Amino acid sequence: MTEFPLLSLHVPEPAVRPGGQPDFSNVKIAKAGAVPRPEVDVASEEIRDLAYSIIRVLNRDGEAVGPWAGLLSDEELLTGLRNMMKLRAFDARMLMAQRQGKTSFYMQHLGEEAVSCAFRKALRKGDMNFPTYRQAGLLIADDYPMVEMMNQIFSNESDPLRGRQLPIMYSSKEHGFFTISGNLATQYVQAVGWAMASAIKNDTKIAAAWIGDGSTAESDFHSALVFASTYKAPVILNIVNNQWAISTFQGIARGGSGTFAARGLGFGIPALRVDGNDYLAVYAVSRWAAERARRNLGPTLIEYVTYRVGAHSTSDDPSAYRPKTESEAWPLGDPVLRLKKHLIVKGVWSEERHVQAEAEILDEVIQAQKQAEVHGTLHAGGKPSVRDIFEGVYAEMPAHIRRQRQKAGY
Amino acid sequence: MPRCPPIFAASGKRQVTDMARMTMIEAVRSAMDVSMERDGDVVVFGEDVGYFGGVFRCTQGLQAKYGKTRCFDAPISESGIVGTAIGMAAYGLKPCVEIQFADYMYPAYDQITQEAARIRYRSNGDFTCPIVLRMPTGGGIFGGQTHSQSPEALFTHVCGLKVVVPSNPYDAKGLLIASIEDPDPVMFLEPKRLYNGPFDGHHEKPVTPWSKHELGEVPDGHYSIPIGKAEVRRQGSAVTVITYGTMVHVALAAAEEMGIDAEVIDLRSLLPLDLDTIVQSVTKTGRCVMVHEATLTSGFGAEVVALVQEHCFYHLEAPVVRVTGWDTPYPHAQEWDYFPGPGRVGRALAEVMEA
Repeated sequence: MTEFPLLSLHVPEPAVRPGGQPDFSNVKIAKAGAVPRPEVDVASEEIRDLAYSIIRVLNRDGEAVGPWAGLLSDEELLTGLRNMMKLRAFDARMLMAQRQGKTSFYMQHLGEEAVSCAFRKALRKGDMNFPTYRQAGLLIADDYPMVEMMNQIFSNESDPLRGRQLPIMYSSKEHGFFTISGNLATQYVQAVGWAMASAIKNDTKIAAAWIGDGSTAESDFHSALVFASTYKAPVILNIVNNQWAISTFQGIARGGSGTFAARGLGFGIPALRVDGNDYLAVYAVSRWAAERARRNLGPTLIEYVTYRVGAHSTSDDPSAYRPKTESEAWPLGDPVLRLKKHLIVKGVWSEERHVQAEAEILDEVIQAQKQAEVHGTLHAGGKPSVRDIFEGVYAEMPAHIRRQRQKAGY
Repeated sequence: MPRCPPIFAASGKRQVTDMARMTMIEAVRSAMDVSMERDGDVVVFGEDVGYFGGVFRCTQGLQAKYGKTRCFDAPISESGIVGTAIGMAAYGLKPCVEIQFADYMYPAYDQITQEAARIRYRSNGDFTCPIVLRMPTGGGIFGGQTHSQSPEALFTHVCGLKVVVPSNPYDAKGLLIASIEDPDPVMFLEPKRLYNGPFDGHHEKPVTPWSKHELGEVPDGHYSIPIGKAEVRRQGSAVTVITYGTMVHVALAAAEEMGIDAEVIDLRSLLPLDLDTIVQSVTKTGRCVMVHEATLTSGFGAEVVALVQEHCFYHLEAPVVRVTGWDTPYPHAQEWDYFPGPGRVGRALAEVMEA
């Protein structure tokens, strides 16, 4: 006999499942402008609250308010809006192309466009991102040619990666975009290593690590935080919390910790939580973190609170695990509509201009797609060579691979 | 004029000039020293590697000479060590990191196999991964199951990696310099039982120190040995023994003790593999014994034996035999019943000769 009750296992569950009424009443949202903006050399223990709050700039009336506001010109904001619209239009066309069989697979950003588009603005030429599969805004906002992206998605004869990679696993050193892996969290600690190298060489460049809420459970995430903390690496540690890891709600990876940002506190890394659907807030917080890194003050952890409106990928069906109307209930709104409203409130944008811009952007995307399709799509037209299977495994092809290539007939 | 004095004369014989006597530990250290001196992009780190100089002392003095930012201690996190090394390589550095024991590399296996090995390929050369992972490997030191493993086959099975296993100080230095200068990731397995002498498996006898061995003569300066070239350690015509690492010395002892005219090939590099040297020898002898410390099933010997039958089938006069560690975890107290010593290798030689 024991004085204690029998043990039982706790398995967290999301608040609502399909058929239920979406409920985000548990998501505590600070008022826009309410969270203070500390100096960049602040000690992490002095800003513990920032890991539990949400930094927001745009209020419900579309105004930019508080200490994190006022960093971007109208022109910059208009460019930001166009970037997000372009990413959304690009995604829509590529999803359609996937349904038409022009590619095998696609992953869209719907609802998360502000995160990567605004973040890119905080980086400089030469800095390096170690992205996941949902940060193509880093490329779009850096004017990487959409045709190149599509060539990769279609695995055609002009695919810069020669058909070797799953669609959307881009790579561009020139645009500060490390080759995407497809397995999870490995890039997080690599980003820390890249940043350490920059510090070892007394360079001025910084790195940015990217991870989703679900993958923070991987040991590489924790390794990355240890190394970043120990060596005060000039790196921005980004966590995009879009609430869902395929079908698994964020509570499974987060466990008993209040927020993902709070993971940084035990490592002595300043940790901030930001409204990921607020272009201005994302930029302001990224810039704060970038400045810390550039001043050799070390790493910053940022959790972007957002919502994955679409399916995880074209192979996923979210209606099987969450209410269909959940995205409409998401309290932080849509990043494109929020920035649009802000610019209209400021008097530098209008519904008419927005509609016109949408048409222009769509045309731009369609033109790029036409250009890409000239070089083929997955099952039609120009393809990478079978030779490309064997090239590039090593700098110099070893004899055994050469023999296998010959056996394959090339 | 060559930049460095040639190590090999035209005849292929080593020229003895400017030689120091080095243990394998000193040779490995000298390779890193020479590389760090020549190239400011070479950095060295790992567990206990900085101030203390590593548990086997391979990096002793490097921090004092090159500073804390080029040789430093790392947290006990192999995935972190390898992951950061990959990031550093993407930046443009040439990290040469130490995994304290090969048995500890498993937490980094994802980083090694899915990242380091494929970065060149998947990015079509946009990014590359010139890293070296040094790791003490193999048994013979009463290290039990977690300090005795030989995981080379777990690397040779991965396309994109190179796998090097030196058997003496001279090769260790030349191959490590070549590995550091290589544009692709190299797994550099150091047979720890050879660190202080050419251990031949006779554990009851004292080991001859490297200072008394010809291959303990190591030039002070820079030289490199091409990765992918085997070396015939003993000429013979009766049977070919294919091996690497510690087992090279065991095989040499077995051949002497049995009085069998064996040709002993030290592979030195498992990937790329010097198939020409293997085929040439087996075609000549018609008999072949494969020897390694690692477990039998799906071990590297399986690959070599498959290649031997593919390329030398009509020259074979006996079935090819493998002598390896047993398919069990590496035991502690029964170390010498597990380790494939000269007795077992000798019996295999006799078996192949009688067949």
